[in-house]
Amino acid sequence: MSAHHLARVAAIVLVVGLLGPIAGMMAASLLPETRVFGGFPWTGPLTLTTEHYAALIEERGFLLPIRNSLIVATATTLVAVPCATLCAYALARLPMRGKGVLLALLLAVSMFPQISIVAPLFLVLRNIGLLDTFPGLVLPYVTFTTPLAVWLLTGFFRQLPRDLEDAARMDGASRLRVIRDVVLPVAAPGLASTAILTFLYCWNEFLFALSFTLGPEHQTVPVAIALFRGRYQIPWGQVLAAASIATLPVVAIVLAFQRRIVAGLTAGAVKG
Amino acid sequence: MSAITIERLERIYPGRHAGVLGIDLDVGDGELLVLVGPSGCGKSTLLRLIAGLEVPTAGRILIDGVDVTGVPPQARDLAMVFQSYALYPHMTVRDNLAYSLRVRRRDRQTIEARVNAAADALDLRGLLDRRPAQLSGGQRQRVALGRALVREPKAFLLDEPLSNLDPALRSQARAEILRLQRQLGATMIYVTHDQEEAMTLGHRVALMREGRLEQLAAPLELYEKPANTFVARFIGSPPMNLLPANLLGIDGPAGTLVGIRPHDVSLGADHDTPSCRATVDVVEPRGHDTVVHLRLEDAAASELVAVVQGPAPAVGSKVAAHWRSERALVFDDRGRRTK
Repeated sequence: MSAHHLARVAAIVLVVGLLGPIAGMMAASLLPETRVFGGFPWTGPLTLTTEHYAALIEERGFLLPIRNSLIVATATTLVAVPCATLCAYALARLPMRGKGVLLALLLAVSMFPQISIVAPLFLVLRNIGLLDTFPGLVLPYVTFTTPLAVWLLTGFFRQLPRDLEDAARMDGASRLRVIRDVVLPVAAPGLASTAILTFLYCWNEFLFALSFTLGPEHQTVPVAIALFRGRYQIPWGQVLAAASIATLPVVAIVLAFQRRIVAGLTAGAVKG
Repeated sequence: MSAITIERLERIYPGRHAGVLGIDLDVGDGELLVLVGPSGCGKSTLLRLIAGLEVPTAGRILIDGVDVTGVPPQARDLAMVFQSYALYPHMTVRDNLAYSLRVRRRDRQTIEARVNAAADALDLRGLLDRRPAQLSGGQRQRVALGRALVREPKAFLLDEPLSNLDPALRSQARAEILRLQRQLGATMIYVTHDQEEAMTLGHRVALMREGRLEQLAAPLELYEKPANTFVARFIGSPPMNLLPANLLGIDGPAGTLVGIRPHDVSLGADHDTPSCRATVDVVEPRGHDTVVHLRLEDAAASELVAVVQGPAPAVGSKVAAHWRSERALVFDDRGRRTK
């Protein structure tokens, strides 16, 4: 078997392995629970139902955690990515001593096990009155996502051809103007990937969201789903329906930005 | 256009290769000065220092007598053409050309007029709405040139602008640059590693090595009267023959070298001119002439290169090599020319 065939088989295995569970989850969310847990072999006619989704939105008020998650994730991204952009540009381009140390320290910050700082953070947030508020979630998220974003963007900025920025400076642009007119547009694919990763981190984050919110008013999607479980039973149909809904924004974002990410905007900038 | 003066300019990179080690240079108003030298000689660094993209560790740069050493590049009003072209990939050709004028807040009519004029001068009219990725190498090169042209800057700095073009396109672009330079009466500093480009383009040529200026002179003077063996070998193709004086029967103290251009060596029967017995080693026909590598019949089997017209001798045959002694240059044991 040639390398070409091997690659194709590997691709199929990967796609099935990665998409299989998601497809199963979405399919199961549309089946009656008796069917899902009926065991093999299945008997009777196959019926699809939207009852889980209806129950989710009407009984559980699932739109509220979705709104909360959107607010928290968007706010975090809007704060973290611009901060990280300026920081990463400086680290990538300006002559500075101890850049390597600084980058290592930055990474160390985001390497803290979350569980170890939940308790102190809880006390801090309580003292400054941010417990069970959106800023109370956005603040820790920003501190955890910014270092990673800085790392990603520093690597990305370093790859940009330096001549482009020099050309813009020779054309009369100031440093900040060069960033606005040349660096950011050319770095758009990198910025988009960084923003997506930041957004997804917040969208999926569970521990902080569980610890720093006290009621449904500010709870995010993962917390809400986890709290579905009743004393005597877990409503699997609704959990699967909720999980399906939770993946939708992720898919939508990636599809929306995929062209920018793949396009490779730097094509044609310099030789080659 | 403006004159540029450089005084004892120095850029040292700690713990690395030499940058620029104390250079004095005067570029006259409307002059085309070529900086040439092997890679790593500091010519590009010198250009970037003049541009303001690098900060000197010592020395001064003056434009029209005004010290601009501490002035950032955007305020020096110089235009630069990069080896990589460095076109803005997210902008159309029109926006690439217009960018420097927009930054300077020129009014719309001026911008349009200047962009159109530059596009006409460089045959870019039909390409104005394309992106750099949709252009060929030669077209990108012209856009890069056009971006410098629209500015009407104090001087043009060109960093190996033709080295990414194929040879046919290169000589065409070279002629274009010469024509533009003459039309505009532009002050230009042109960096290249190609001695032929330097000879054909420059009013004067500055030859650099390891951060220092070896010789600054008009192209022909550089060719006829090289200051030292480095200049002698760098300028001219194939490079000048350098042989110990005693080998060629010329008197001089130990270490004296004699330089003979391959074009001044001829092969054949005995003449009155001095000659050496030699064996033909390698023959490279070039169409209009032939490069012949000879091995002299001395202890070290020194190599002598000749460029001959007409039929080339067979490889392995014995020939007598002659040279025009009045054209021979003599260098002392430190490589400096004495005759």
